[in-house]
Amino acid sequence: MKNVKVLGSGCKRCIATGDMIRQEAERLGVPIELEKITDYAEIATYGIAATPGVVVDGKVVHAGGLPKQDSIAGWLQG
Amino acid sequence: MGALSSQSRPAAGDRLSGGGGPGLARGPSGGLNGRNALWVIATLAGLVVWFALYRQLEPLSYALIALLPVDARSNAGEALRFFIFDAPKVLMLLTLVVFGMSFVRSYFSAERTRAMLSGRSEGVGNILAAMLGIFTPFCSCSAVSLFIGFVSAGVPLGVTFSFLVAAPMINEVALGLLVGLVGWKVAALYLGFGLTLAILSGFVIGKLKLEGWLEPWVRDLRTTPVNLPPEDLTLADRLQAGVEGVKEIVGRVWIWMIVGIAAGAFIHGYIPADAIAALMGRDTWWATPVAVLVGVPMYSNAAGVIPIVEALIGKGLPLGTVLAFMMSVIALSLPEAIILRKVLSLRLLGVFFAIVALGVLAIGYLFNALF
Repeated sequence: MKNVKVLGSGCKRCIATGDMIRQEAERLGVPIELEKITDYAEIATYGIAATPGVVVDGKVVHAGGLPKQDSIAGWLQG
Repeated sequence: MGALSSQSRPAAGDRLSGGGGPGLARGPSGGLNGRNALWVIATLAGLVVWFALYRQLEPLSYALIALLPVDARSNAGEALRFFIFDAPKVLMLLTLVVFGMSFVRSYFSAERTRAMLSGRSEGVGNILAAMLGIFTPFCSCSAVSLFIGFVSAGVPLGVTFSFLVAAPMINEVALGLLVGLVGWKVAALYLGFGLTLAILSGFVIGKLKLEGWLEPWVRDLRTTPVNLPPEDLTLADRLQAGVEGVKEIVGRVWIWMIVGIAAGAFIHGYIPADAIAALMGRDTWWATPVAVLVGVPMYSNAAGVIPIVEALIGKGLPLGTVLAFMMSVIALSLPEAIILRKVLSLRLLGVFFAIVALGVLAIGYLFNALF
């Protein structure tokens, strides 16, 4: 089971990013555990500067703006 | 690749996307180069349509006004005329400019900007930060993350502030609309003043050594900036980012725009020019400070302020006063203060607002005195 964290303090795009990841995981049939990190201090510890950020199994894979669907599939399957 | 994430976005922008009809290019793509070619063709076609339409706007507006059952020279007639001329024009300009800027911005990211700024000395750092503020994708909703991300990774506080002043103030919406509605000279002035303000206010904050006035948890935070591999974007992806930007930004700010144009139309039609000029004209020393004081707590997108700016300039208000008003509305706002309060102590927030407001005031006075 992959652990996916969406970093962002509740902005519109952060919510959209979480939804996109959940949908893509369902589509691909990949079981994931989706977490939302909204605390600014905790977000900062991941070293990103723009939200939403995406962390897959402890590794930052994305920061700033909505991710591409292709990229999401890549993270979930990689 | 064809399935965009459009279901998660507001659909309001769909009919506005003049920048390169996404419907054309959404079909099955024959390889990567085929998709690129398709997007370039669609974009060029979109641009041709845009210019053809834009050139027809004025006659169309005249025709529409001629149909109105009100006397063209009455107050209501003047106001309606302003609205009918401006609304489609602003909408089209906004669409084009947002498309272009979203495309350009796909080459920039907050992380890359931070890497360029961290460890920079003051002075050069402030100048660079202000310029990068124009191009780096920025949304006020992630201002706090950005602030922490910059400061905790070793970007000097003053340099961070230069970025934070420039990013919201000098944006594509403001510049594009100023060029279209008021003229490129005023737009160039705005750009020059905005950059100067961002550079100087950040520089002053840096010199004051206010790091101790950050909230303690921010001050003590040290992070290692993440090094993301550059996103593998094709030309088609970047053009698509332009269309997505139009959908998102135009879909979000059109309401501001309508309200702003309505306010501009009211000023244009109902407020007598001599009254405004007598009250807030060149000879009134307090006109600029009042413009700034009114502007600071006001929150509006640039799309909403510029029609008002256009109307005020039309009424003969001094340009320095009007620009000061516009800058204070866009650069500082109450909601922004509330967001930034999470990372800045009240004192630092006060200093930040005071320096920027004083800078805007100085620019307004200086400009009125010189021209």
